[in-house]
Amino acid sequence: MRPLPVGEHGLLIELDSAEQVEALHAELLRRAADGTLPPVGEMVPAARTVLLDGLADPRGLAAALATWDVPPLAAADRPTVTIPVRYDGPDLADVAALWDVTPDEVVRLHSGTAFHVAFCGFAPGFGYLTGLPRQLHVPRRATPRTRVPVGAVALAGPYTGVYPRSSPGGWQLIGTTDTVLWDPAREPAALLAPGTRVRFVPQEHAGPHVPQEPAA
Amino acid sequence: MTDRAVSVVRAGALTTVQDLGRPGHAHLGVPRAGALDAPAHRFANRLVGNAETAATLETTLTGCALRVRTATTVAVTGAPCPVTVDGRPAPWGAPVRVPAGAVLEAGAATHGLRAYLAFAGGIDAETVLGSRATDLLSGLGPAPLADGTVLPLGRPQGPPAAVDAVPHPGPAAELVLPFLPGPRDTWFTDTGLRTLITGRFRVSAASNRIGLRTEGPPLERARTGELPSEGMPLGALQVPPNGLPVLFLHDHPTTGGYPVIGVVPERHLAPAAQAAPGTPVRFVRMHRPPGGADRADAPTS
Repeated sequence: MRPLPVGEHGLLIELDSAEQVEALHAELLRRAADGTLPPVGEMVPAARTVLLDGLADPRGLAAALATWDVPPLAAADRPTVTIPVRYDGPDLADVAALWDVTPDEVVRLHSGTAFHVAFCGFAPGFGYLTGLPRQLHVPRRATPRTRVPVGAVALAGPYTGVYPRSSPGGWQLIGTTDTVLWDPAREPAALLAPGTRVRFVPQEHAGPHVPQEPAA
Repeated sequence: MTDRAVSVVRAGALTTVQDLGRPGHAHLGVPRAGALDAPAHRFANRLVGNAETAATLETTLTGCALRVRTATTVAVTGAPCPVTVDGRPAPWGAPVRVPAGAVLEAGAATHGLRAYLAFAGGIDAETVLGSRATDLLSGLGPAPLADGTVLPLGRPQGPPAAVDAVPHPGPAAELVLPFLPGPRDTWFTDTGLRTLITGRFRVSAASNRIGLRTEGPPLERARTGELPSEGMPLGALQVPPNGLPVLFLHDHPTTGGYPVIGVVPERHLAPAAQAAPGTPVRFVRMHRPPGGADRADAPTS
């Protein structure tokens, strides 16, 4: 655990693995909930780091962190979200070729994986989901699409993600969901938060899909 | 439709609704947003008797014009600009009573970039995650103003300030940005760090509410490649592969994969809101005092 200074009021805590990030993030949330963490403005877990900003005394916290005993995270500690997917994405065949399996096997492997949200970013409600084994990591598209539809289920690098709204994007699209990832009128607005467990469930294709933009 | 409203006669180049933003949601990918020149936003609100959390309008370079439906107290702050009511000159940086049906115009900025228009009661746009601010990165909050847009006003909260003695200097000819090195300053050579401090940079025309881009000598990297995505703070000096630092402003993405060589403390960010393209930029290294808690040390060069 290496705390790096960020401006006057921040710390970037660097860790060796995504698992350590998740465990530290859970510990930080636990301490925030029981009132033993000093007030924090933003707490942003990412691939190998947790950013803490808005701290009154970042050096004091950095010193205290070194004395913490951070237990590894148990999967049962986190909520699980189930997302129904029609595996009808335009890149399904390409992903099948990269994995050297049939498209049906892509569906089986992807829906059989226990994902969790490593971190969020890119757009409100967009979660970077990890869980695919290394041999199933795929590159981004050589040419990004100018428009990826809302609800697209996509792969890139070690991550799976679901586009919360239509946007440009370079990820490999393998399916579509009607699940609303981001709705500011809902509490919580984001379906996926760091640490959330996610399961994708194959859904039979039922007629042409009309993408719905969430209410602005 | 309520009478307490303003309608947009001339939206200007880019006019958005802003308040103090929606901090605390970065972990969900939600940018801070909010007024880039927060002191000017607060000042405008004080002048019309609003809480500093009330929403104002933030213009860009060319100002804007609005028709008020009921008599309202307004104030224009930020970038100095000619203020008129139905074509007659009115004071900048002071409360102005605008009669019902009259057109308030903030003209093109004579210095700086962004003016703030406060109305007694504030712009009563719908809140998203506790804020009325327009976020241009993720599209949260009200859309940028267009000609004909009607914006409701809230109920006036307090008496307008009779006199506000806070001096409000116009933007400087040079943008000075004090920064603390890190967290990824070790990704740059000593030469790269020296280039940041001694190089002649200018504000790029490609700047916006997401980031202030610079033109100047590229910073030399000590290591190549990208970082795994990590959290990005407000005020980050992120250095993309072209080597030219980008100062992350309020609509910045909450995570990113390019190294951050230093961070400009939030209290030094307001001048960046007023630096027009072409303005010279000087980066000044701040020093952390040895031991103990960080103090707000004065910038030293």
